[in-house]
Amino acid sequence: MNASMIQVDVLIPTHTKYLDLIGSIGERIAKELDSYTGDKEALAYQLNLVLTEATANVIKHANDANHKDTVRISIHIFENILTIKVFDHGQGFDLSAVPEPDFDNPQEHGMGLFFIRSTMDSVTYVKNGDENRLEMIKYLN
Amino acid sequence: MNVTTTKIKDFNILTIQDERIDAHNSAELKEYFLQMLDKGEIQIVVQLEHVRFIDSSGLGALLSGHKNAISKSGRFAIVNIQQQVMTMFEITRLNRVFEIYANTDEVTAALM
Repeated sequence: MNASMIQVDVLIPTHTKYLDLIGSIGERIAKELDSYTGDKEALAYQLNLVLTEATANVIKHANDANHKDTVRISIHIFENILTIKVFDHGQGFDLSAVPEPDFDNPQEHGMGLFFIRSTMDSVTYVKNGDENRLEMIKYLN
Repeated sequence: MNVTTTKIKDFNILTIQDERIDAHNSAELKEYFLQMLDKGEIQIVVQLEHVRFIDSSGLGALLSGHKNAISKSGRFAIVNIQQQVMTMFEITRLNRVFEIYANTDEVTAALM
């Protein structure tokens, strides 16, 4: 796969059974990046993880027992800059207010955003009307 | 969550057959641990040889099982962790929290 330009847009219901699907798309994209010189297996896991965590976060907060809402995910690669955008219609949250996990006293919850932050080079969350956007950038050197 | 269990002496070897532990099946895994502990099966060994992906909720389910086993004076060990999955334990430093062994032979030798 030529990494100069890739655009994948996915729309899935807010149901956790689709996490495997969205994670697998990230893995396949990573493994077929011919121009990437780093560890493709590691990148595949990272993209699977980031997509799984970000999508699960939207599903968890969708407050939608009937799974009628949707999560829109956009994966874009242009000139070795990978951008993942995950859109939600929830109340939104303040990214800067989410603390780092307490590694000396580990808790069952609160590790998802830590994984996203430690995997990606830039993470921003934009509240915009009734559609919010988590935008994550990774430089594929 | 597709799991199989075998017993070696007092140890319940729980083999997770799914390739993924994520927010879709982690709550079920957490519940599975709770049910084992409620039945008095407090020595748990989780075999992850088939698991090639785990997310934060999967780690949370293992952490829950570990904490609850310890609170009942039990043991909770993890074996056969694949390399990429092991990385998840390392970056969260959970490899210092769990008892981790290479395989079931090693864990039974260590715990008995």
